[in-house]
Amino acid sequence: MLRFTARRLLMLVPILFGVVTVTFFLMYVMPGDPVLALAGERYDEETLESLRKEYGLDKPLHLQYVDYLSRLARFDLGRSFITGRPVSESIAERFPRTMLLALSAMAIAVIAGVLTGGLSAWGRYPWLGKTLMGLSLAGVSIPVFWLGLLLIHLFSIKLGIFPPSGYGGGSIRYLVLPALTLSFASMATIARVTRSGFLEAGAGDFVRTARAKGLAESKVIGKHVFRNALIPVVTIVGTDFGSYLSGSVLTETIFGWPGLGRFIVQAIMKRDFPVIQGSILFMAVMFVLVNLLVDLSYGMIDPRVREKEGPG
Amino acid sequence: MSENGNARDPGGLSPAGTERSPAGTERSFRSRAVSKFLRNRVAVAGLIILMLIVSSSILSITAGDPDTAEIDLDRSLEPPSLSHPFGTDAFGRDLLIRVLQGGRVSLSVGFAARTISLVLGLLFGTLAGFYGGKTDSVLMRLADITFSFPTLLLLIAIMAVASPGLVSLSMALGIVGWAALARLVRAQVLSVRQREYVQAARAAGASDLKIIIRYILPQCISPVIVVYTLGLGMTVMAEASLSFLGLGVQPPVPSWGRMISGGIAFMRTAPWLTLFPGLVLTLTISSLNLVGDGLRDALDPSIVRGFKGLGRMKL
Repeated sequence: MLRFTARRLLMLVPILFGVVTVTFFLMYVMPGDPVLALAGERYDEETLESLRKEYGLDKPLHLQYVDYLSRLARFDLGRSFITGRPVSESIAERFPRTMLLALSAMAIAVIAGVLTGGLSAWGRYPWLGKTLMGLSLAGVSIPVFWLGLLLIHLFSIKLGIFPPSGYGGGSIRYLVLPALTLSFASMATIARVTRSGFLEAGAGDFVRTARAKGLAESKVIGKHVFRNALIPVVTIVGTDFGSYLSGSVLTETIFGWPGLGRFIVQAIMKRDFPVIQGSILFMAVMFVLVNLLVDLSYGMIDPRVREKEGPG
Repeated sequence: MSENGNARDPGGLSPAGTERSPAGTERSFRSRAVSKFLRNRVAVAGLIILMLIVSSSILSITAGDPDTAEIDLDRSLEPPSLSHPFGTDAFGRDLLIRVLQGGRVSLSVGFAARTISLVLGLLFGTLAGFYGGKTDSVLMRLADITFSFPTLLLLIAIMAVASPGLVSLSMALGIVGWAALARLVRAQVLSVRQREYVQAARAAGASDLKIIIRYILPQCISPVIVVYTLGLGMTVMAEASLSFLGLGVQPPVPSWGRMISGGIAFMRTAPWLTLFPGLVLTLTISSLNLVGDGLRDALDPSIVRGFKGLGRMKL
């Protein structure tokens, strides 16, 4: 386990480096002079020069890159061109709201997904399984932003149960629709994986043995089938974390949720590139770290994963 | 999760595993796959819906040039009726025709992007798998880096700096999808590279290029078809999401994402403006996914299943 962990941590270095480099160069090739946006309507060459100097944009590319790295090492993501506020401060303010949304969505997805998946694997009502799996196909195929609008149409405009948009200080009434929207795709995947997990585990030799030695059916399902069926669900939750981050961009835009996703979209509209760069980098790093955690926990749950990695 | 590799080619389905003439077994493998696909009712339903959407999108060309579609403000925001089944938009244009024209754009971008991914994936995957060593580790680290961005975020970042347009959009979507295909092709190349017939070809003096084209790439066809199709649905979804955010297809070119975001302002007065484009978009993605799943089951490249990031692509 120690070697496995060490190897995973070591792999992190080139990946993080690559992520940083990609975000740097993406923003560097941005067309148009960022200083023009900064200087506003009225400007002369002198202001432009001094602004370039202030932001280090007059230096050659490789020096700018080195600057960028050394600032990152101090967790300095630069300042917004528009408000002048440090990007890291804005992220610290907005990311918890995105996490609130993402974690609520994740909770809904896991609970509802495992329930539907389990129900549909239960052989008693084959039509139920088929219907649920059909719904889960719709779940992965429905675009997040359209689903959000449908929910607004139904629950806000027609029924008036939930507010169509806003944060409401994080109150649960405002959270329900966006969390539901964001959870949907993942819920559908979890349902599918749980179903096949149950079917596979249910057919395993160890289950036959458990039944043969006279274990109560509830124990067979609860202890043997359930635990084995859920191993893949752990991975899904991790790999789907990226979908939650991506989805939060769309969901937050639709529901006016003041998180990091909406922040990025607003920054793109204003071409506020330190904000775009910093926020996307931050999200990518979060994604990498969560995937690392999932890999590690997967290695802990299932020793076969560790061995498979073997030398070479 | 199944083990990679070992379970491949049950009963020598691929020409490689058999002593018989490659052409003959290939044909029987294909016809078996086709009949297996046709017996999958859900997949066939998906294929039929997809063909309906594609053909009516193509037919929508006859309804005139979408960019200069007739604007008739007297007919603005009419609810669905017999003459306008989807209603009309704020400019009085028939929404059904707009949706179909948008479909043409979305599907073309989707196919173009997947083809770019395919070319990049084949190229880099073969290079990595065939030559190994430094080439392999550099390319695979690049794939890791691509995977370490949530896909839509990477697309947003690219489109935020690229000049908007159909070409840059297809390129961005295509580039983002390269890594999954490259990994798949690489794995396939690795498993074929050491087989006796490849070594025999090499001993007989065949060039690298000939070995790759004649013996290795044919082995990649089934899994590549599956991954290409499975990714198509998500590519269409990603395109719609980007266009929805204003980072994809630019007006006046019609696109589903754009139509839906444009309809938000009319949610209370004219909900059909958001409902119908989204409905057709969802139908398209579902049918693409159904066809992809059906192909996967029919071609059964077990290599696709046990492979992280190669199942249905995620946003």
